[in-house]
Amino acid sequence: MKTAVIQFPAANCDRDAITALEKITGRESTLIWHRETEIPEDIDFVVVPGGFSYGDYLRCGAMAARSPIVNDLVKKANGGLPVAGFCNGFQILCEAGLLPGALLRNKNLKFVCKPQKLKITNGNTRFTSAYGGQQEVVYPVAHHDGNYYADDATLSKLEKSGRVLFKYVDNPNGSARDIAGICNEDGNVFGMMPHPERAVDPLHGGTDGINFFKSILESR
Amino acid sequence: MSQDIEITKDIVAEHGLSKDEYKIILDRLGRTPNMNELGIFSVMWSEHCSYKSSRRHLGKFLTTGERVIQGPGENAGVIDIDDGDAIIFKMESHNHPSYIEPYQGAATGVGGIMRDVFTMGARPIALMNALRFGEPSHPKTKSLVDGVVAGIGGYGNCVGVPTVGGETNFHKGYNGNILVNAMCVGLASTDNVFYSAAKGVGNPIFYVGSKTGRDGIHGATMASAEFDDDSDEKRPTVQVGDPFTEKLLIEACLELMATDAIIAIQDMGAAGLTSSSVEMADKGGVGIELNLDHVPQREDGMTPYEMMLSESQERMLMVIQPGKEQLAFDIFEKWELDVAHIGETTDTGRLTLHHGGKIVCDIPVAPLADDAPNYDRPHKPTPKRDVLDAAHIALTDVNAGLLAMMGSPDIASRRWIWEQYDRHVMADTVDSSQSGGDAAIVRIHGKNKAVAITTDVTPRYCYADPYEGGKQCVVETWRNLTCVGADPIAITDCLNFGNPERPDIMGQFVGCIEGMNEACNALNYPVVSGNVSLYNETNGVAIPPTPAVGGVGLIPDLDFHTNLAGAKDGDVLLMIGENTGWIGSSLYLREVAHREEGAPPPVNLKMEKLHGDYVRRLIRNRRVNAVHDCSDGGLLVTATEMALAADIGFDLQRPAGSCAISGWYFGEDQARYLLAVDENSVNPILSTAEGLGIPATKIGTFGGKRLTSNDGLSLDIGKVRSTYEAWFPKLMES
Repeated sequence: MKTAVIQFPAANCDRDAITALEKITGRESTLIWHRETEIPEDIDFVVVPGGFSYGDYLRCGAMAARSPIVNDLVKKANGGLPVAGFCNGFQILCEAGLLPGALLRNKNLKFVCKPQKLKITNGNTRFTSAYGGQQEVVYPVAHHDGNYYADDATLSKLEKSGRVLFKYVDNPNGSARDIAGICNEDGNVFGMMPHPERAVDPLHGGTDGINFFKSILESR
Repeated sequence: MSQDIEITKDIVAEHGLSKDEYKIILDRLGRTPNMNELGIFSVMWSEHCSYKSSRRHLGKFLTTGERVIQGPGENAGVIDIDDGDAIIFKMESHNHPSYIEPYQGAATGVGGIMRDVFTMGARPIALMNALRFGEPSHPKTKSLVDGVVAGIGGYGNCVGVPTVGGETNFHKGYNGNILVNAMCVGLASTDNVFYSAAKGVGNPIFYVGSKTGRDGIHGATMASAEFDDDSDEKRPTVQVGDPFTEKLLIEACLELMATDAIIAIQDMGAAGLTSSSVEMADKGGVGIELNLDHVPQREDGMTPYEMMLSESQERMLMVIQPGKEQLAFDIFEKWELDVAHIGETTDTGRLTLHHGGKIVCDIPVAPLADDAPNYDRPHKPTPKRDVLDAAHIALTDVNAGLLAMMGSPDIASRRWIWEQYDRHVMADTVDSSQSGGDAAIVRIHGKNKAVAITTDVTPRYCYADPYEGGKQCVVETWRNLTCVGADPIAITDCLNFGNPERPDIMGQFVGCIEGMNEACNALNYPVVSGNVSLYNETNGVAIPPTPAVGGVGLIPDLDFHTNLAGAKDGDVLLMIGENTGWIGSSLYLREVAHREEGAPPPVNLKMEKLHGDYVRRLIRNRRVNAVHDCSDGGLLVTATEMALAADIGFDLQRPAGSCAISGWYFGEDQARYLLAVDENSVNPILSTAEGLGIPATKIGTFGGKRLTSNDGLSLDIGKVRSTYEAWFPKLMES
């Protein structure tokens, strides 16, 4: 599997994403500068990394979502290219219209960084299939604006159609219906505030994230 | 402000210059300075920039060693950690701004220390801090804690450098002057370290980063004066941080540093464009000519005076290799940063500034640096205190004593703080504040080795006896690094004291430095960088002497690292070191008996070295499951922290004939470690220790979920945990 990570100014988890992808795939991952206009055709999976693109100024992810590369990302994602956004990457995917809803400031108004327990609410997707019967995982969270919001109709639609893949156990940020991670209708675009890419190393954040990436690898 | 203003006595005084200092300026110039020149002398000769009260004492420090590449005198210290890797680190204070405007003060403190590190060619890989606040009940404390923590997190999280550890104390001595000390650790190649000495003649000088505004003018002068009731009026001199620009600046500088375009580079910190240009010129023995019309400006109509003294953040000055200008422009434009060619190096040895077609400053560089005042301030030693016998300090209820300690301001969990810091970004944090361990561990990217980092000082010891306290702060960092299996290498320091013009304060300063230096020598643990913050006084009341130390060590093989967690059911609890029950100046005495008295525990440096080296050897021989430095709160608090970290109980057995009970549990004898070891390791460890002349005692066993002892200790671990966790949130929600 050939992977790529988009590099926005100050989206500082690009290294975390590259490190995880290279560890799992055993191949070099490509860094794509935000001013590029095209994602290479041979890329099988794109990560929109976390961080503070454009310093979170204006609105988290809003400016990055207007980068030249995002036009092509939207086009290719709509054509079926698997894409995952973590943390700020989730915010960017929402701002780009690839995923519904928005991320508001955490309910307690504070940045939160801790190991976070999550319930896998749909284990039968291209992002979760490798977990088998495993019900719970722990991924680190680290964000200030992770409070997922959408209108009730959208939330119900997401839940009914199995597009909520992860829910928080002990909601850390006030997200609606404890929603932690969602995918688009076609199931190829996924976003979540927690960091599976920081949970692929026993020395750093645990190993619960490995099967997230294995799912994508195996579903190809 | 125009340069045509006549320089009066009042103007000189407003610039913080004494009559004698002004006379030297007149003498060196052979004429009256104009306002710009006076402003430049004023900041360069401020305490903050010139170290005029401390310089002669700082010169005593051990600053060399086999791993030292660069000691004090550059932006940060540089050490060699093998394989071509260099670690570049420094700690710096941002006390005065943080008290006046806690969020921006702390945030720009973090930004400033990061720039010191990446200026030298290192990618910042870890942030640490050492914070001191006033007593929890003081009306300002809560909002200061809230603002400082949010500021540290707001800046470090956004830049994407993990904040991996630190320390936080509360004491009424800081009611009027909090301390915010930030430390940054970066990774570079030993063959690609950058320095600030400008070289050559006619080489282009580039300005990069944020535009210059009117913020922070005279910040360095503010940091060199005491506070009074009107200090809030100084808010406009606190700078505003922009971590987004800082992140771009890091990436752009590192990209340019990978080429051969940079001859010299210096960040614009305190005293901004003035100190950066003067330092570059002075170190390189050259002159610098700048055209201020080309300086990117945030506001219209800025005067030369304002531009030269502005402390706007996220700015760098560099001397570029002729012919590489376009390469530099291209990289900075890629990162969307302001960049301008503002001048050249010259052979005049002068700082010459042009503005609006006129020369607005023309002064020799050498006197700014070399002739800066260097005072031998009178210093009076702190009187020795009597030794307090633990037999006079009652402990009737061990349960109440332990709960009081675990829920006390200086011991209680700091979860409320560290959950606001991204501790994991960059994918290499092996251990952080999350474990509650003695030192943070950050892996060298792509390798199986790591640096261990810690910050520490015990101000109550330094106040009671500056010399012993000075020794102690150095050895405690050395022990902390040892506890995670690291070879301690070097330290940075941040020396926070009151008004040096008072002999008793100067006595504290000199005493601490001499104690620190003795420890550095005994442990072969040099000082490679540091910072001095004086005048931490409000209305004549000084802070307790607080020489914060940041220690860095190397874990050569990550297969052999430890921390305080890891005790297993059935493990034996061993104490390395002697327990004489030293209760004087202990935390127990202060928090439970409400007495702040007695001589602090003496530090035996030979013993420290012997014990620490033995513990490190045990870690490398895989003989221990958990290690914890025995410090604040003594044996019982240390053992309890190990129990909480592993979520396992213990049973302690105080041997018959041991010292007084309060001292045994809560005394703070130095050179001690607690170890959790497999039962079958106990005898080999004890017998080897005996052979080496190291006191080692079995004091208990781990197991179950209760904390018990033969003195009536009997507490459920859950109860202890909730007491430990509850204090901080309760303070902040009150």
